[in-house]
Amino acid sequence: MFSDYSTSELMSIFAMQGFAGLTLFSVFVLMALGLAIIFGQMGVINMAHGEFMILGAYITYLTSNIFSQWLPGLYGSYFFVAMIFAFIAAGLLGMLVEWLIIRHLYHRPLDTLLATWGVSLILQQTYRSVFGAREVGVSMPDWMMGSYPLTDLVEVPINGIFVMCLAIGTTCVIAALMYRSRWGIQVRAVVQNRTMAGAVGINTQKVDRMTFGLGCGIAGIAGSAFTMIGSIGPTSGQLYIVDTFLVVVFGGAASLLGTVASAFTISQAQSTMEFFLSGSMAKVLTLLFVVGVLMIRPQGLFTLKVRR
Amino acid sequence: MVTDTRTKRSGQPRRLLKRLMGVTAALAFSATVSAQDVNTTDLAVTDDTVTVGILHSITGTMAISETGSVQAEKLAIEQINAMGGVLGRKIEYIQEDGASDWPTFAEKSRKLLTQDKVAAVFGCWTSASRKAVLPVFEQYNGMLYYPTFYEGLEQSPNVIYTGQEATQQILAGIDWVVDAKDAETFYLLGSDYIWPRTSNKIARKHIDKLGLKVVGEEYYPLGHTQFNSVINKIKLRKPDVIFASVVGGSNVAFYKQLKAAGIDMTKEKPLVLTISVTEDEILGIGGENVEGAYASMKYFQSLPNENNQAFVKAFKERWGDDIVIGDVTQAAYLGPWLWKAAVEKAGSFDVDKVREASPGIELTTAPEGYVKIHKNHHLWSRTRIGEAQPDGQYKVVFETEELIEPDPFPEGYQ
Repeated sequence: MFSDYSTSELMSIFAMQGFAGLTLFSVFVLMALGLAIIFGQMGVINMAHGEFMILGAYITYLTSNIFSQWLPGLYGSYFFVAMIFAFIAAGLLGMLVEWLIIRHLYHRPLDTLLATWGVSLILQQTYRSVFGAREVGVSMPDWMMGSYPLTDLVEVPINGIFVMCLAIGTTCVIAALMYRSRWGIQVRAVVQNRTMAGAVGINTQKVDRMTFGLGCGIAGIAGSAFTMIGSIGPTSGQLYIVDTFLVVVFGGAASLLGTVASAFTISQAQSTMEFFLSGSMAKVLTLLFVVGVLMIRPQGLFTLKVRR
Repeated sequence: MVTDTRTKRSGQPRRLLKRLMGVTAALAFSATVSAQDVNTTDLAVTDDTVTVGILHSITGTMAISETGSVQAEKLAIEQINAMGGVLGRKIEYIQEDGASDWPTFAEKSRKLLTQDKVAAVFGCWTSASRKAVLPVFEQYNGMLYYPTFYEGLEQSPNVIYTGQEATQQILAGIDWVVDAKDAETFYLLGSDYIWPRTSNKIARKHIDKLGLKVVGEEYYPLGHTQFNSVINKIKLRKPDVIFASVVGGSNVAFYKQLKAAGIDMTKEKPLVLTISVTEDEILGIGGENVEGAYASMKYFQSLPNENNQAFVKAFKERWGDDIVIGDVTQAAYLGPWLWKAAVEKAGSFDVDKVREASPGIELTTAPEGYVKIHKNHHLWSRTRIGEAQPDGQYKVVFETEELIEPDPFPEGYQ
């Protein structure tokens, strides 16, 4: 399969595919971070994760419309404002859902699957009623489109770099929050032992709500970033949910590092295979590989060592 | 929506009353033919109404695409009613929701045919939904008007296909890029299901026949959103034409990434020739992302003829100013009109007589221009090439001189 290409072409292929893989990796990380917190840390199977992402995407769409209508001069920077709005909107909605539904189900984690599935259906229909069944397009500021040509063949898309920076930045912030802040300690304490955490004076309800809200907020940011690459429709969230769970489960549910490592493995495997095989075949092989690894290591790539 | 139309249906007592009124009316104006004469097969026909079915997804993932078809069919029915209806009878419709689920389509079509006794059904969008309802229509001898361009390889006595079959759409498109743009190498790219695969098979055969070269053929799962790899391959193989049949949300990802990767479609090479992006899809993709791509279809909203101008105006008045009309929406609009013409030619609502009358039916008022039903139940139609503009419309750059004969079973292409 290498014989069709010359050596210099092969070099370019690997450079380009490596970059394509890195873009996919960033996308996976962004998708999975919120879920890693909600599913990984809290144990809530959030089937509505995709819909929280799409909320972020719709907020971006609205912001872009508002800017082009009222503030055309600042259009170049609307995207940053949109991401902040997306984070706040998705986070608030997440906290509302936690208060209404999830907090009653912490002792029945499997039931959260059904409850959040219901939430996802409600959200989908809400989007359909509010924004219409058709997909909407978000126009990007000019500086985000286009690419830097490195050589004849190798071009680096600007929005790819942007997504990458965003993914790295968000990961660092989350890691710092979880492992370096007081709040992070409280979250981990509540996750490990809810009763004991309550006994030492942690307001577990508040911590739960903030954690769920944070996870959903990050989903909102991810959705905002996805307007650059994908489509926004009422049901688009469904496209991402499977991949998202795949990344989190493969990485080991409770580990942030695991999520990052698994996103990297899956994305690089997929993008390399996509080049030499067909798109569908690459997907099949990736899934087989994941299934194989999970059979040997059911707990995922990385696990916390916890005395049970 | 469904409940709305249901309440419109007359209940038994009202129907009786209507029938009585119909009888008196018939006595008064002996010109009106009584219901028994135009309906010998127990269809839902009274002396002043006839009931038809509309069967599309108004919920679920296909709702995005099928909404336009529902709007077009309702508009056509309203216009026909305003002109006095069919054989002196107003058309009433019962709308059912296929919910983007193929078994639901089959179940609802059974309900429409056996319970509601509709005279004809306008509906379905995906090939999968059509295949699901086909046995039902054949079993209960119903009549389906199917609007979508599709892969061909089918011809049922119970279906009139108002969209193009694959050869009509593809061969003319490829001939055009070869003649007008001197294209020699092609890269075939599609979503992974029957329509793109069959279409590309036909395209590949035709390209081989012309002595030109296919340098790549690739399929991605439905809903796939990462096209960087295939875009890299395209850059490496440098085809003259990217022949794209990517559908649904994937389109958005594909064109945005194509542009981000520095492939400028407004330049001549590589150019994109698509058979799957109508004005509807551009709404989601964004005109600036797809600018310069060419589409090969039978209808564009911007067609300059008078029929179309009136159609677009009526459509916008009925459904709102910011709406766009794509190829399938126009084909769906033809359904009720073709049915009306066939019923009037047959002088009866009976499905067998309508079927017999259908071949040769002409429609000079079609927005796409003149169409005619072939004896294989597809339409003679012209194929046009449109160039995508930043405002989301297509500029028509080419139109076949002759009507293209539909050929659902192309020899040597299978």
